[in-house]
Amino acid sequence: MHTKLRQHCSAMAVIAAAFAGFNAPPVTAQSMSNYSAVTDARLLKPEPQNWLHYRGNFEGWGYSSLDKIDTQNVRRLQPVWTLSTGVVEGHQAPPFVNNGIMFVSTPGNQVLALNAKTGDLIWRYKRELPEDVVQSHPTNRGIGLYEDKVFLATLDAFVVALDAKTGKVLWETRVDDYKRAYYFTLAPLIAKGKVMVGTSGGEFGIRGYVAALDANTGKEVWRTYTIPAPGDPGHDSWQVADQWKTGGGSVWITGHYDPKLNLAYWGTGNPGPWLGDMHPGDSLYTASVIALDVDTGKLRAYHQYTPNEGWDWDEVSAPLLIEYRRNGRNIPGLVHPGRNGYLWLLERQQDAIKFIDAKPFVKQEVFTAIDPVTGRPSWDESKKPATGKTVTFCPSHWGGKDWPPAAWNPKTRLLYVPAQENLCSTLKGEEKRPTYEAGKRFVGTDAAATRVFRREGAKHIGELQAWNLDTGKKVWTFEYPHINWGPVLTTGGGLVFAGGSSDRMFRAFDAKTGKVLWEFKANSGITAVPISYMVDGVQYIAVQAGWGVDAQKMITRLDQTMKTNTHVPQGGVIWVFAVKD
Amino acid sequence: MQSRTACACKCSRRDLLKAAAGAAALGLVPGGAAAQSTDPRSLRPQVGDRFVFSSGPRKGIVVAPGDLALGGPHVTAFAQHPASGVTRDGSRLNEVLLVRFDSKDLTEAARANAPHGYVAFSAICTHGACSDWGWDGERKVLRCPCHESEFDPKDDARVLVGPATRRLPRLPLKAEDGALVVAGAFIGRVGGDLT
Repeated sequence: MHTKLRQHCSAMAVIAAAFAGFNAPPVTAQSMSNYSAVTDARLLKPEPQNWLHYRGNFEGWGYSSLDKIDTQNVRRLQPVWTLSTGVVEGHQAPPFVNNGIMFVSTPGNQVLALNAKTGDLIWRYKRELPEDVVQSHPTNRGIGLYEDKVFLATLDAFVVALDAKTGKVLWETRVDDYKRAYYFTLAPLIAKGKVMVGTSGGEFGIRGYVAALDANTGKEVWRTYTIPAPGDPGHDSWQVADQWKTGGGSVWITGHYDPKLNLAYWGTGNPGPWLGDMHPGDSLYTASVIALDVDTGKLRAYHQYTPNEGWDWDEVSAPLLIEYRRNGRNIPGLVHPGRNGYLWLLERQQDAIKFIDAKPFVKQEVFTAIDPVTGRPSWDESKKPATGKTVTFCPSHWGGKDWPPAAWNPKTRLLYVPAQENLCSTLKGEEKRPTYEAGKRFVGTDAAATRVFRREGAKHIGELQAWNLDTGKKVWTFEYPHINWGPVLTTGGGLVFAGGSSDRMFRAFDAKTGKVLWEFKANSGITAVPISYMVDGVQYIAVQAGWGVDAQKMITRLDQTMKTNTHVPQGGVIWVFAVKD
Repeated sequence: MQSRTACACKCSRRDLLKAAAGAAALGLVPGGAAAQSTDPRSLRPQVGDRFVFSSGPRKGIVVAPGDLALGGPHVTAFAQHPASGVTRDGSRLNEVLLVRFDSKDLTEAARANAPHGYVAFSAICTHGACSDWGWDGERKVLRCPCHESEFDPKDDARVLVGPATRRLPRLPLKAEDGALVVAGAFIGRVGGDLT
């Protein structure tokens, strides 16, 4: 207990721990007596008033059909309740809402169950993390709901099942060894009674995978590696023996699911070490989208966005499942605004992923061409980081878009992309390939020599872009005063919500025009996924504030090169807004 | 400069260094408050321990004073009991950063228990507990690549750039028969503040 108290020196955390304890009994047990079990049918067709998935639906749209808050009344949006989490660092998770009960996860692997209407705490789970765990990414991106359970994937590489009504631990499964730098930051994908998680750890020489556990027992059902072993298809894309064992390909972010094809689509991270000449070959299935059969884990198809990736362009986000029109045809698509700065349009099929189109959505100075049939890029070798060389390239190693998810609105038929424009990096390659040591950094660049800077002459970096996928045209762009790390929500009320900037603003945009209709300065910067839900006929917008992780890191880097001193306060708060008459 | 001890008393850093070294020499301190294991590999560095490289091609080889370049960069090491050869690598929290400076380049506080300008700190970042360090040779500072915190080893590992808010715990050193050895327990809590 002493150690746990010491980690949060604020009075807030002390009070919270004393009040709730660990795995505390329910404060308002009666409010949970009629908890609605989350069934497969409900996951397939979530009710508009609820938010049962990381992105609201299996397709990953980040869309709420609720329309009571609209372009006319959004200016009257006001906070109705807040709750301090008592935790610092990067709050990135969306609140999940199930018929009036809200579940929120925080950095440090805590889960709070709340009355979604009042903000009253029902229970709180706090994982006791090992004192030697490395918090390379001190965040959590959400929970999963199934039947009467809440699932959490943890920094010490466990999956924990909690009783949704009480917060009591029902089972916990050790999926991997955190001492070898395998850890989880993503929200589990729940489908057909399975809890699917992917491993983080790409900077430490891990071998990426997606693992599925039985939701009732916690027993592992299957595990599919993103780096093929000898004898597996794709293994010959690793030209040097044994490099596949530490080849990276992390799975940082929740996959999306096509129930008709029974395929889950996952984005994969970059290879390890970062530099392309340190892992010769295409290095499958890194920097790719992979399609896994949910029953068996079998890899059915893939598309690699960047072969032999060498810029740290992790393709962390899963593509959105969107039907768009192209060449007079409705295409069951996969749409991915990539970290490599290209907007990828693909087609999903039972045993294939077909390339349709790709075009840059930020200035991309590395790729020289995209093969019109396969989608394979060519690039300028002088702009590719390499062993013993110092190379500058744009977009930066954080890419045109990092993990913050894009959103799709079926009413406007626009895709909303949080982008970083005008941002470039200089990476200095080490003189030789690092030797793998478990749990140690395995990157191949001189960390102290890394530079990130705004393109000379540019006035802004962060953007929110709206794209018409049917025409392939960008419809509008909002330019942020600084950077943009804001996940996007769009609604049936014709609105787009996003934070993401260092000015701590949470904004509502007109989904058709990009005009700012409302903005609110929160306690901290907002890099969490916003959601919408409804209780007793009132529509709410909810988001966590709490700056940290890569957004903080990017600011530190930019301050260094721009000679600025940007301060964004930390500290987690759940904000819930509604329109007041 | 602020004292960086966990105690609430108004003792100076130098007082603590002396007290820690003295108590450890008498066997009263098991090498750090966090060291609770009886496994000698897991114990924090003990008084009289020497150092061996903790990674790289020379992993396990004794660190000689001449292995450290004047003015950096740093070397990462584990403490090793000289008689038994037991290396304290049972916990990653035991890893140490060694850096060598000209004594006149160290602040007064940093010169305490820094024989001939050699200083030692916990290799565990006080923010997120990362332990892979970059070295800015121009400014002679340590940079943690996980979240960009910077520490000045010439000034007792003071934080130059956050998110870390706490110095790296100092490990007192002494010179003994031409070798670098541990003179006392870590000063300050070893580990990240997020756990």
